[in-house]
Amino acid sequence: MSGTSETRAGATAGGDFEPRITAFACNWCTYTGADLAGTSRLHMASNVRIIRLPCTGRIDPLFVIKAFERGADGVIVSGCHPADCHYTAGNYHARRRFAVFHDLMGFVGVDPGRITFSWVSASEGAKWRNVVDEAVSKVRELGPFTAYRGLIDHNVSADHFEGLLTAVRADPAGSEAGQTEAAQVGAAVVTDDGDPS
Amino acid sequence: MSTVAAPDTGTAATAAAPRAPLAYYPGCSLHGTSREFDESLRAVLAALRVPITEIDDWSCCGASSGHATDHLLGVALPARNLALAEAQGFKSVLAPCAACYNRLSAARLAVAGDTELAERIPDVLGRPFANTVEVESVMDLLREAAVMIEEKVAAALTPNPLEGLRLAAYYGCLLVRPPEVAGYDDPEAPTSMDEVLAACGANPVDWNMKVECCGGAFSVSRTASVVRLGRAIIEDARRSGAEALVVACPLCHSNLDLRQKAIMARGEEPMPVLFITQVVGLALGLPAAALGLDRHFVDTEPFIRRLVEQAAVRAAAEEKVKAEAAAKAAARRGKAESA
Amino acid sequence: MSRIGIFVCHCGENIARTVDVAAVAEALRDHPGVAWSEDYKYMCSDPGQSLVRKAIEEHELTGVVVAACSPHMHEKTFRRACAAAGLNPFMCEMANIREHCSWIHEDRDEATAKAIDIARTIVEKVKHNRPLESIRIPVTKRALVVGGGIAGIQAALDIADGGHEVVLVEKEASIGGHMSQLSETFPTLDCSQCILTPRMVEAYQHPNIKLHTWSEVESVDGYIGNFTVKVRKKARSVDEDLCNGCGDCQAACPAKKIPSEFEAGLGTRTAIYVPFPQAVPNIPVLDRQNCTLFKGRRKGLAKDACGKCKEACLRGAVDYDTEDTFVEEQVGAIVVATGYGLYSIGREQPEGLKGYGEYGYGEVPDVIDGLQFERLASASGPTAGAILRPSDGKEPKTVVFVHCVGSRDPEKGMSYCSKICCMYNAKHAMLYKHKVHDGRAVAFYMDVRAAGKGYDEFSRRAIEEDEAEYIRGRVSRIFREGDKVKVWGFDTLSGEQVVIDADMVVLATAMRPQAGAKELAQKLNVSYDEHGFINEAHPKLRPVETNTAGVFVAGACQAPRDIPDSVAMASATAAKVMSLFSADELEREPAVAVVNETTCIGCMSCEHVCPYGAVEVKEIRGRDGALQRTVASVNPGVCQGCGTCQAVCLSKSIELETFTDEQVYAEINALAAWD
Repeated sequence: MSGTSETRAGATAGGDFEPRITAFACNWCTYTGADLAGTSRLHMASNVRIIRLPCTGRIDPLFVIKAFERGADGVIVSGCHPADCHYTAGNYHARRRFAVFHDLMGFVGVDPGRITFSWVSASEGAKWRNVVDEAVSKVRELGPFTAYRGLIDHNVSADHFEGLLTAVRADPAGSEAGQTEAAQVGAAVVTDDGDPS
Repeated sequence: MSTVAAPDTGTAATAAAPRAPLAYYPGCSLHGTSREFDESLRAVLAALRVPITEIDDWSCCGASSGHATDHLLGVALPARNLALAEAQGFKSVLAPCAACYNRLSAARLAVAGDTELAERIPDVLGRPFANTVEVESVMDLLREAAVMIEEKVAAALTPNPLEGLRLAAYYGCLLVRPPEVAGYDDPEAPTSMDEVLAACGANPVDWNMKVECCGGAFSVSRTASVVRLGRAIIEDARRSGAEALVVACPLCHSNLDLRQKAIMARGEEPMPVLFITQVVGLALGLPAAALGLDRHFVDTEPFIRRLVEQAAVRAAAEEKVKAEAAAKAAARRGKAESA
Repeated sequence: MSRIGIFVCHCGENIARTVDVAAVAEALRDHPGVAWSEDYKYMCSDPGQSLVRKAIEEHELTGVVVAACSPHMHEKTFRRACAAAGLNPFMCEMANIREHCSWIHEDRDEATAKAIDIARTIVEKVKHNRPLESIRIPVTKRALVVGGGIAGIQAALDIADGGHEVVLVEKEASIGGHMSQLSETFPTLDCSQCILTPRMVEAYQHPNIKLHTWSEVESVDGYIGNFTVKVRKKARSVDEDLCNGCGDCQAACPAKKIPSEFEAGLGTRTAIYVPFPQAVPNIPVLDRQNCTLFKGRRKGLAKDACGKCKEACLRGAVDYDTEDTFVEEQVGAIVVATGYGLYSIGREQPEGLKGYGEYGYGEVPDVIDGLQFERLASASGPTAGAILRPSDGKEPKTVVFVHCVGSRDPEKGMSYCSKICCMYNAKHAMLYKHKVHDGRAVAFYMDVRAAGKGYDEFSRRAIEEDEAEYIRGRVSRIFREGDKVKVWGFDTLSGEQVVIDADMVVLATAMRPQAGAKELAQKLNVSYDEHGFINEAHPKLRPVETNTAGVFVAGACQAPRDIPDSVAMASATAAKVMSLFSADELEREPAVAVVNETTCIGCMSCEHVCPYGAVEVKEIRGRDGALQRTVASVNPGVCQGCGTCQAVCLSKSIELETFTDEQVYAEINALAAWD
């Protein structure tokens, strides 16, 4: 079901919300494995859209960030098992890259549960189905990824600002939502008079 | 609790950096049937300046019975001693008896590889246990000290009775198997004891029964098997030219020494069976009485006496050669001066 | 301005049952950049493809998206159709709405919405597609075969018979490999040399085969179709053109007791020698390590200590002053066929190996390995084919054969099975019994692996006809006791210990890659596994190719294997090579990386990560010839199109055609159109 952003943003986690997941799959293993899942008629959640790439080594971490920015609630990155890369070493580069990227995402405040990194070979149709279903249910639980959208919402009143500061002081670690709000406030402070205070 | 101080034996050998004190786990045999192993070990350790401290309140390691009865029991019994050593501040424990060494090592390995077991053991023991203490065998220690032994042997005050003596190094089983527990030597063709014997100036023979079973704990329950196995070992050693057997395990010693009368029932020449520590002690010039050599069933006295006599003869011959060479050199100098 | 045509396939009921294909075509009709949209029952059929061609012409399409099955199925089909209509094939892509949509979902609304998303995503990608031309690289139609054993010889003959020149490089003085050392081969008990030597001669005399023996590959440069190989021809000390193979030099040589490699240490040879009488070429080499004259020269003697072979040679072919020379060969394909060696399992081992000291190999003279037994059984061997034991030359009345020595042993040996030993053990037992009728042959085995054609029957023959005793169990110790070799083993089927007083023991030791195989693999830039066996490109479907384009592999250097499989593999590589040579130019998909030399900063991160070594350093020079800067440059012949370079490029100066950043971001952005 494709909903509108209004209903999407307003839906609570676990309600009507259906996550949107972008998957980056390598052509030789995961994409072919997903083909096999299709040939085997293995039914799975319909929330995933696959973007085909020659190799996970081709994946720039910015792709993942862009996907989130464009409204994905979750991302899957999937390639060949270590030692089986069609191009011998691409998946090793991907693995290394994402070890760091994963930590960065966590640091930035994106729940690591939103990103799934998997090895699915061309013969593992069932495994692809499991990866999809698990990722969808995990992201469904986490709710819509609104943090990025929140950054471009300028309408923050002074009272709202005070309330947020209080909330942030009371709970500095904060939930993702709290951090989102804090980010919003930060953005608001910057854009209000065009001059970072 | 007995602590052996590290007296200066008066040898002018190189002093190695003093080691941190080792915990000492004698087990049942070292204070009992293999007292000579304990005595000779202490004497050699003193000469090598390795201080040891017996673990306070040590208890049985379980040996074969422990692990044959129950896995947890087989681990907990030795672990108790490791826990005691830990609590008493030691980093490493020396376990001379091959079975004790094997059980202590096996316990350490079992706990290291099983987190559930590691969590359970302190409860079972009723004391904390972090599995930090390492386990050393006598062979570990002597092999590490081989260079020092060689130097001390060369610098000893009395001629080396072991010079060129053909000895058969008998490892038995628990010193080298299983490989992941015993660890440091080839389980099928080990060489550590041979290296130590070579460092003592002896001549370890190449023979076939290095790691063949001696009958182990069947000494009483199946004596005939022990006798048969022991005979095969001694005969192969003899065939390979060895004049004595060297062991590093109380049970091997018992089976080959105590049972030798039954083994040699056909009237063969007896073959002395020595502990490796006794051999090292002899090479270092320690007196036979300090090495417990009078406690064996196969009389070692004539054997040692012969070795000492031969050593004296060799030393005298060397002196003679040196003296003749010196005389010649002096004569030549005299000629040159007078010319 | 894009004019993209979108064609939505029903695929009969496969897609249409779950996805409302008409709705998909409808939804895409008004999408910006789409000039034509239709749906049809079977797009891949002739009429379906005609629709594409017609639309291209009528609507002047600049791009085509076929929403149907997986591109792995029909991308080529539709690209060909586009090319036929005059549209560059790389402007055509497929949107997978079957395997990735209609076949895996049930809800029609969900599936249809997903299909629309997928199609739209690919449309956005195609807007950024560029018309590309296949890459063409010239091909030198000559092949290099490294290794002159049976596999190398077969490959060389097949390629040469196919009309192409072959350079065959062999490091020993003669071709033939280990097969020339065997006495008889299973399962037919054919005399090995009898079936091999005709091939050897054929290879030597073939007009298309250039043979370099006593030579090794020194270096390899270049890429598929264009390799430059430097071959080191080691100093033979004998002029190959002058020598006529008379053998007078060997007869004259005073150093007669050098252990012969060919006889596996059981026989001797002279310093100037041919390895065996049927050697090809029949031209001796001088072993300078063991030659009296050269030993003298190394000691610095004023006068040469010997010179008998030179004196004896009536043709003046012996020359002590030759040096190694180098030959450069240009080839388009390389076949690696370097074969195997046996695991020498004595107590002395190089770092990393443990050996089997308990078996007495190397200490007890009557404990030998499989190749040594072959030499004993060989009519041309050190005992003229009589089975006599090395220690005292007596005929052994009890011979024990031990399987799996060093194989199937992750603890002390190789983890893999060496494949041929069960068969040659049966053969050895049979050969022994055929020559020593009253002898006793005992084999200790773990499993009998006799899976080839006629193999199981052969193996049973050893037991049923030749009365070989097969005991299932391992041997724990082998040692000398007096005159006998004592073997302690176990019989697992009866549960009893077995002690055999043997006269001789033959160990079936593990097959390993030849010494030097790893170094050669590095020179060729092919990968190898932890045992040193060359890696095939795909274990199931590409067994004779490596991951390095243009380098193929045959025989036991890739994994333990027997003669028929090695021959088959060699012929397979020849087929691959000839397919490569069938056109003057090699056509490759243009999915390769391209460097923007203007923005490239020359950091060479791309070169660092490229698994194929496809990135080179390129110098940019000014008009005066001075070096301005260095940039990266991709060799389109070698690049395989993984894109790892693009992901690491700091300055975004390298792009993988068909998967550029613009294309990928277009797809990502398209998915935001869910809103």
